Amino acid sequence: MTKADLVEAIFEKIGLSKKEALELIEILFDTIKQSFLEGESVKISGFGTFIVRKKAARRGRNPKTGEDIEITPRKTVTFRASSQLKAVLEKGNV
Amino acid sequence: MTKSVLIEKVLGKFGSLTKKQAEIVVETIFDTMKEALKKGEKIEIRGFGNFKLKNRKPRIARNPKTGVKIEVPAKRVLHFKVGKALKEEMNSK
Repeated sequence: MTKADLVEAIFEKIGLSKKEALELIEILFDTIKQSFLEGESVKISGFGTFIVRKKAARRGRNPKTGEDIEITPRKTVTFRASSQLKAVLEKGNV
Repeated sequence: MTKSVLIEKVLGKFGSLTKKQAEIVVETIFDTMKEALKKGEKIEIRGFGNFKLKNRKPRIARNPKTGVKIEVPAKRVLHFKVGKALKEEMNSK
């Protein structure tokens, strides 16, 4: 599934053009992204929570050359499915 | 940030929508994603990230307190991978 499928779903649900639907989808994900950039987690009830995590610097190694390198501290986002979403997934085909 | 705040913000950036419509839009997006995942589909949101289901095999686990063996059934777990653009944006400072 891609953004195009989301456009289709919004188009069918409310009387917006596909162009407007796409614009809204972009706005939605940009808004969530903005929250991540501010370091704030995003909780969507019934779906799940996106959690911003900070990773400390650590030593790593280039597996190809064997060279020791410093992995810089970085931020990432993890997702935890809500119990409701987990229940939905369990019901699908395993 | 919660879903209601998200709806407010979307509304603020797309003025020609009523509050009710903004709610429907946000709910529709997450419901559609949920339906896709239920069917076992992968979700690709360019610039944001991908959601993918991974199968976990059944396994024998043990209750650490009592030592009793229990069978953990096979299940699907959801994995989110941060998109390249988002990863770069978050670490560009």
